[in-house]
Amino acid sequence: MRAMDYRGPYRVRITEKPMPRIEHPRDAIVRVTRSCICGSDLHLYHGMVPDTRVGTTFGHEFCGVVEELGEEVSNLEVGDHVLVPFNIACGQCHFCQQGLFGNCHESNPQATAVGGIFGYSHTAGGYDGGQAEYVRVPYADVGPVVMPDWMDPDDAVLLTDVVPTGYQAAEMAGIQRGDTVLIFGAGPIGIMAARCAWLFGAGRVIVIDHLEYRLEFARSYGPAEVYSFKELNDVVTFMKKTTDGLGADVAIDAVGGDAKGNMLQTLFGTKLKLEAGNAIPLHWAINSVKKGGIVSVVGVYGPTGNIVPIGNVVNKGLTIRANQASVKRLLPRLIEHVRSGHIEPRKLITHRVALDDVADAYHLFAAKLDGCIKPVLVPSQA
Amino acid sequence: MRSDIVTPSNERIDPSSVPGWGIDADPQNDPTYPYRIRDTDPGSRADWERPPLQSEGPEILQSIEHIRRPAVFGTANPPRGLSGMLRRAAFRWSESNWLHWLLLMGADRLNVVEGIAEDIGRGIVPNLPAEMGVRAEWRHNKKGFAIKAATAFAVAGGLVLLLRRKGSDTAARRGRGL
Ligand SMILES: NC(=O)c1ccc[n+]([C@@H]2O[C@H](COP(=O)([O-])OP(=O)(O)OC[C@H]3O[C@@H](n4cnc5c(N)ncnc54)[C@H](O)[C@@H]3O)[C@@H](O)[C@H]2O)c1
Ligand SMILES: [Zn+2]
Ligand SMILES: [Zn+2]
Repeated sequence: MRAMDYRGPYRVRITEKPMPRIEHPRDAIVRVTRSCICGSDLHLYHGMVPDTRVGTTFGHEFCGVVEELGEEVSNLEVGDHVLVPFNIACGQCHFCQQGLFGNCHESNPQATAVGGIFGYSHTAGGYDGGQAEYVRVPYADVGPVVMPDWMDPDDAVLLTDVVPTGYQAAEMAGIQRGDTVLIFGAGPIGIMAARCAWLFGAGRVIVIDHLEYRLEFARSYGPAEVYSFKELNDVVTFMKKTTDGLGADVAIDAVGGDAKGNMLQTLFGTKLKLEAGNAIPLHWAINSVKKGGIVSVVGVYGPTGNIVPIGNVVNKGLTIRANQASVKRLLPRLIEHVRSGHIEPRKLITHRVALDDVADAYHLFAAKLDGCIKPVLVPSQA
Repeated sequence: MRSDIVTPSNERIDPSSVPGWGIDADPQNDPTYPYRIRDTDPGSRADWERPPLQSEGPEILQSIEHIRRPAVFGTANPPRGLSGMLRRAAFRWSESNWLHWLLLMGADRLNVVEGIAEDIGRGIVPNLPAEMGVRAEWRHNKKGFAIKAATAFAVAGGLVLLLRRKGSDTAARRGRGL
């Protein structure tokens, strides 16, 4: 089968790989119909995630048709068109029982701090991902959801990560009616967080980025007030000014370690890799939220550590909430929101690329060319 | 030698024997609501009903923070070669040790070189521009494309000059020796 093949930082190609096989009685083999490239994949693509081995296939956002089932999977049938949450979760362990499907303890030998994720390095379990024609789906009796007849596959593929992550970012922010919500990042995740903040009753939604075309998109899709950090002298001071000197009620980091916008952080985090990515969004979030406020983090950072003003967190009495999205926990609610039209995920898809052109798609998305918000890869036989 | 063994003086304390235990407990004070279902938190234990265990296949490296192998794991790209040795070494340290991650990052960089060597060994010269998505750059960022092409050309030209110089240098030296 054809599959994306990581060769090193900034280098990917399409390769012929052996078909995946059932390796566990609760596995399924899925023929991929759509897969997306995510901001999270860019951390891998840039060589920021330790234990990203050459030859790995990325891709944790995909949907497809069930081709084969392990003997213990009874809730699916061959031929079902399913959307597959990015978390690999057993559904039974200490953490899954509490709804923490993003933190499963039975899916990742290489690390305890993160559960298994499709195509996300060996640090997240060593699974090949869905940017391929076929993929092995472990615990297929827990994660996958059969797409309802009315659902567009373009909506479905965004329900595997983008929608739940944006939603959980807003949920973790503990938004109360009337709150001012400040969101860093106008990528798919930040845009979706802006949309969802309103569902939780936000009074104001402000999005910060430096890419004009993305800010424009967020302005109308959120909707949101948008500002470019390039044009603000000082993001934090600006935020104080626009909130009567108090700061935002909550701030959301939807950027992660590939952030731009601070020389020192770029030097230490991005260039020298002495910290686990550029942590400027965390700085800005911590410093522009009001005392007693909440910082919600879904932006992804590496496992080593980052330079953040933890002293200010203490002095301001902040609450920090963060996680990998627990996709399966949120799906019932979010499928309702898609059906009712409160969330329209597929509007985020700007580029549809043949799987064979995966290298171009990565570069396009990473370099933010051609107004790209979200690219979807389509295998030729899909 | 350090040890993790609980000594008799560190026996578990029975909470109800502690004066005032729980008098200010407040189930409402739960910052993890709603994404953690407290009702199903059985307290610290690891004896849930486990899924069937995936049978052993290729070599899996395991965090020393795990008390046992998780039931399911990925089997892509087992550790190999020099980078594989580095990766194995990394797993002598826990996830909270910087060395663990540093060795893995080192292995990743080495692995890139191994990947190119492997390609060449199989008679494939990796098409670096294509792998880096040069077509997207050409289509959507002509300026960036021009700068990159010029840089690549200059670097290549410089290398050729350098090699030629070295070549004629050594030839000259050899000439003198003869
Ligand atoms: N926790 C989860 O479950 C989860 C799931 C999916 C994605 N993520 C993470 O969310 C983050 C965003 O994902 P995405 O797909 O939207 O990525 P993306 O790369 O498309 O978007 C990131 C945006 O942040 C902007 N940005 C860069 N530096 C900034 C700064 N200092 N301040 C404000 N904006 C800045 C970029 O210009 C870009 O538009 C990534 O870190 C990704 O790994 C987390
Ligand atoms: Zn994703
Ligand atoms: Zn689990």
